[in-house]
Amino acid sequence: MPRSESPLQSETPSGTLDMLVLRVLVMGPAHGHTIAHAIERGSEDVLQIEHGSLYPALHRLENRGWIASFWGTSDNNRKAKYYRLTPTGRKQLAAQTTRWEEIVRAIGRILKPSTDQTS
Amino acid sequence: MTWRRFFRRGQWDRDRAEELRSYLEIETDENIARGMSPEAARRVAHLKLGNTVRIREEIYRMNTISPLDTLGRDLRLAWRGMRRRPGFTLAVVLTLALGIGANTAIFSVVDGVLIKPLSYPNAGELVSVEHVAPGLKVDEFRMSPSQYFTYREESRVFQHIGLYGDGGRTITGFGEPEQARALFVTHDVLQALDVQPQLGRLFTEADLPRGGDVRGEGAASPIPLILTHAYWQRRFGGDRSVIGRRLSADSSPAEVIGVMPEGFRFLDMEPAAEVISPIVLDRSRVRLDNFGFWSLARLKPGMTVADANADIARMLPIWLNAWPIPPNSGGRQLIENFRITPAVQPLKDRVVGGVGDMLWILMGTIGIVLLIACANVANLMLVRSESRRHEFAVRTALGAGRGHIAREVLVESLVLSLIGGALGVALAYAGLKVVVATAPTTLPRVEDISLDPRAMAFAMVISLLSSLLFGALPALKHAAQQHGTALGGSARGTSASRERQRTRNSLVVVQVALALVLLVGSGLMIRTFQALLNVKAGFTATADLQTARVWVPPQQVPDLERVMRLQHEILDKIAALPGVKAAAFASAVPMEGPLRVWQNPVLVEGKTYPPDKPFPMRRMKAVSPGYFGAIGTRMIAGRDITWSDIYGRARVAVISENFAREEWGSPAAALGQHVGQPPGAAAPVWREVIGVVEDVHEDALYQPAPAMVYWPVMMENFGGPLFVMRPINLVIRTDEAGRESLLDGIRSAVWSLNPSMPVFLVRTMKDLYDESMARTSFALVMLGIAAAMALVLGIIGIYGVIAYIVAQRSREIGIRLALGAAPSELIQMFVRQGLVLASVGAGVGLLTAVALTQLMSSLLFGVERLDPPTYAGVLGVLGMAAALASYVPARRAAAVDPVETLTAE
Repeated sequence: MPRSESPLQSETPSGTLDMLVLRVLVMGPAHGHTIAHAIERGSEDVLQIEHGSLYPALHRLENRGWIASFWGTSDNNRKAKYYRLTPTGRKQLAAQTTRWEEIVRAIGRILKPSTDQTS
Repeated sequence: MTWRRFFRRGQWDRDRAEELRSYLEIETDENIARGMSPEAARRVAHLKLGNTVRIREEIYRMNTISPLDTLGRDLRLAWRGMRRRPGFTLAVVLTLALGIGANTAIFSVVDGVLIKPLSYPNAGELVSVEHVAPGLKVDEFRMSPSQYFTYREESRVFQHIGLYGDGGRTITGFGEPEQARALFVTHDVLQALDVQPQLGRLFTEADLPRGGDVRGEGAASPIPLILTHAYWQRRFGGDRSVIGRRLSADSSPAEVIGVMPEGFRFLDMEPAAEVISPIVLDRSRVRLDNFGFWSLARLKPGMTVADANADIARMLPIWLNAWPIPPNSGGRQLIENFRITPAVQPLKDRVVGGVGDMLWILMGTIGIVLLIACANVANLMLVRSESRRHEFAVRTALGAGRGHIAREVLVESLVLSLIGGALGVALAYAGLKVVVATAPTTLPRVEDISLDPRAMAFAMVISLLSSLLFGALPALKHAAQQHGTALGGSARGTSASRERQRTRNSLVVVQVALALVLLVGSGLMIRTFQALLNVKAGFTATADLQTARVWVPPQQVPDLERVMRLQHEILDKIAALPGVKAAAFASAVPMEGPLRVWQNPVLVEGKTYPPDKPFPMRRMKAVSPGYFGAIGTRMIAGRDITWSDIYGRARVAVISENFAREEWGSPAAALGQHVGQPPGAAAPVWREVIGVVEDVHEDALYQPAPAMVYWPVMMENFGGPLFVMRPINLVIRTDEAGRESLLDGIRSAVWSLNPSMPVFLVRTMKDLYDESMARTSFALVMLGIAAAMALVLGIIGIYGVIAYIVAQRSREIGIRLALGAAPSELIQMFVRQGLVLASVGAGVGLLTAVALTQLMSSLLFGVERLDPPTYAGVLGVLGMAAALASYVPARRAAAVDPVETLTAE
């Protein structure tokens, strides 16, 4: 059986999806469905993701101990698995956000050198 | 973490499935709320989520340790494959079990005897302190007390050094008189070994009795004795109050001061010591000579054997000038001319002695058997995978990687070899019992041989190595194989199958070559055994010869002439026992081992000997009248010693034929000549040669017969005014030898004369004779077994290959038969093919054997390493076996039905 690595599996800026998940959870515990929709909305529909691909990311984050899960009941009274940020996860989010901003700045410098010079 | 995830991944998967279901439910609810129909709502939710199975797979893989997972799958596949082909599996497992089992058993022996340290603390520091004396032609040069004192006081490398020796101690004071097997040691020997008593204490210097002789006899204070555990149990029933008990040792008072623990063994003393008795030395009376002791020492930490040899080389000149010389000797110059040189060796090497060669040869031999077994299994695997080509081709087409299939083949090999290994360990357990039981009594450290974790680990390692060995070839073949062609239909002589046939052929060649090497090895052992059987030992019909030792205690019979008459009476009584044809006694019987050997200078009258040269050493014995007749040694010239010679104290001697020829050219010329011991106080006492007897292989059949002098059992001026032996070795020729009734007869005959004379070391001459053949017969049996296994495996190999060729070429055979070929021609064709393989193998094997038999020359006797009859015989056997192994499958070719094979498929 041929096997391929998940494109979301690497550790760093990759982490886009990971980071988005963590940012959603800063607001408080949420279940997978809520997270998926929140990400879709939060990225102003720029990141069109198959909601299913969220779950491996959740699993990975949980394995790393950045988020923790518990079973609860959703608003419309369905059984649902909730995730919340752990202290480690909070630290990671801060670190990743900083790093992300650095990368964005770096990319910005490379993409817009001329404007930098003229200004 | 990872492991927990690995084992809990099933649980997690169920959890995820539920979570995904929950997503779908919520999304569907929302979609319905947005106004969709329930079906549409559900479908849209599914689309939004994506492929749930793929998601679960992705998560599942995250929790997987992937090599482990595939290993599990491969193991299951291998297991199923093996169960589908029980015949193949059984053949492979049994072949491997035999190979691995035999190797594990021999490894246990090699490990126990050669590799493991001796069972003393820090045994690596223990050395045997020895010397050689090239200037003096003796087999073994022992140590003198003066050397011991010098080394003890001057050495920079020894922590402790001590002297030891063995002998007997007659213990009286309770029960029947008994000659206990005694170990004599200076106090520092037990210190050097770093052993502790179970009860009481060990010797200290303060214990030593003063004023007596070297055995402590005649001293004012009692001789301290330490008992071994077995003796304590046997004679004292394990009574703990034995410490302090007064006994009598050789009629001197003695006191038990300690008991050794159960596991204590002194080096490889055989039979084991029963009591430990001190060697008592008076430093003020020690001289340069008296080289009669063995010595061992413990090195200071960090010192090596080379350091010890250098240190002794430094101390030898100090010693030579520090001690008084023996009176009337050749002086210091004489001893200097011995050219004494240090030859310290690890104590283990002394204990192990010469068996190392033999054991390593056995190990190598059995290793070769395993190689042959692996070649056989590799061949079986190749043949088997041939039948699986179609399966592999299909799987490759379905996306299995080449590495994947190769890995699967390797895993299968691994499983097969591990099962074979497990069974092999069971075989080794059984085999080891046989090996230990049949091992020569001269095999040291038998008690250290066991199937321990080290042996298990060894079995495991060779199982893994074997699986690599026989699995790698088929695995590589698969990796290189083009499976596309296999799918196209039945393979008809494709180039790939020709190439595999070549591989199988080379495997058979290797097998035959290795088998030939082992056959040559065992053939040479058989020839050695034959040569030994043809050696004229110098005595006859050993099963009819009973030997026993009787000791006359000095406190019972102090007068020496009276001792002589008592011994004569014992002989008369024994000669009168029913069935006894002849009875005599001597100072020692042949092949008794080095302890009873007398070796001393003997001079020939009329010859001049330079004073600064050591005198020529001769072996000697004291014999009673009738000894030669009883033991079966032929009188070549002259006459035997008579009782009137003995009581008349006639100055006579009998010598061996080789001595006579060496000195006078012929046995007859020796009669009337005179031989004597070198001067003690005055001139030598010359004794007339009255008889010459045939040579006797005194030490072992494979050792040359020494030149011997036989003295009468009573003589004047032989190391004292009157010489008489107190221990004597009886030699009794009777058909009753070895029977309990005879032993009872001997005991009651002896005890009717004096009830305090111990009778011990009761053996038949055959026991001694067998012991001396033991090393050779052990090697013979072991090599024989190995060679037989190799031959059988080789035959199976040839058979397998020819059978396979016949099966593969059945279409061709069918065509040939249809075109009119005679079946006998076809049979010949295949037999020829088998013989060609065997010949190539034999050619390679011959070259290998010529090289490898060099290693076993120390085991051979009376046969050349390149003995033509052996090689011819082995080639004959191998040729016949190969012909048979090819003929049987070839006959099937003739039985092929042309119509059937041609219409098949």
